Amino acid sequence: MKKTYQDFIAGARDSIPILLGVVPFATICGVAAISVGLTPFESIGMNMIVFAGASQLAVLQLMGAGSPWLIMVLTAWVINVRFTMYSAALAPYLQKEPLFRKAPFAYMLSDQAFGVTMSRFSNQVPSNPAWYFYGSAAIIWATWIASATVGTLLGTLIPESWGLDFAFPLSFMALMFAALKDRPAVLAALVGGLSAILAKGLPYNLGLVLAAFLGIGAGVLAENISSEKARGTAQ
Amino acid sequence: MNSFSIWLFFIIIAVGTFALRFSFIYLFGKVDMPNWLRRALRFVPASVLAALVFPALTYPNGALDLSLGNIRLLAGIGGALVAWKTKNVLWTIAVGMILLWVLQAF
Repeated sequence: MKKTYQDFIAGARDSIPILLGVVPFATICGVAAISVGLTPFESIGMNMIVFAGASQLAVLQLMGAGSPWLIMVLTAWVINVRFTMYSAALAPYLQKEPLFRKAPFAYMLSDQAFGVTMSRFSNQVPSNPAWYFYGSAAIIWATWIASATVGTLLGTLIPESWGLDFAFPLSFMALMFAALKDRPAVLAALVGGLSAILAKGLPYNLGLVLAAFLGIGAGVLAENISSEKARGTAQ
Repeated sequence: MNSFSIWLFFIIIAVGTFALRFSFIYLFGKVDMPNWLRRALRFVPASVLAALVFPALTYPNGALDLSLGNIRLLAGIGGALVAWKTKNVLWTIAVGMILLWVLQAF
């Protein structure tokens, strides 16, 4: 039986390669906040309290376009709904942990920490799985905050004429392609994206939320049809 | 937004996001995630991200522009090819931004 701190360190160590992706993404989140007119203090504060990069970038893009705050809040929440999946998958391993550790580490739950932890657990579950996750989540969180702070300071040096706001759709694009794992997901993206173009004229930027739900519906429907087909050929 | 309401705004987003992260870690053994929800959640990233990207490229100045004069659309298509091949945020931004600057120069 390994000691808890050994699993904590193992989780942190296994996360080092993925930090290569965390550093630039967090830096961009800092730069982007400055580019839409937040103060450095607000930018660092946003990274500390929200700590969810994709939703932060979405909010910043909408802020730059002058969207109402309710739409920005809903958009951020919809983007972050994926965390419930991670939460459900991690829950059994944190079952015996006290609330005062569960809560702060739930706050630190990130795509990357989930990815590292689950790929390890699918091979071999460590003696203290909760502490392995804590190690991964903590090093990723600390790296994120440090890089976002660097980005915030860099952001104040970059002139607006560089069109850096274009980095928002570009970063979403890379994240989107990473999510296109099968045909139903591709369909969800196509329906979501095209209906967002068509619904762009709706007031309060409601088209975004509507398009997201249409895309999700299309994905579920496509999956239903393909699984029924698979059942048909099996018979 | 003034500086008070912007902090309030961050806190509202953060509280909801924390609730989503904490949800099943807290509820484990009390409530099961319904199957339909689990299946729908899988499509959230692809759908939402596409809904953010497509209009950002096709409405460069607030009006629909599908012509070759829309340099953000052209640079975005270039970026999409890189995103598709690499799935890497940094490479996609690097290539997309350079394309934008080159097209701007013409």
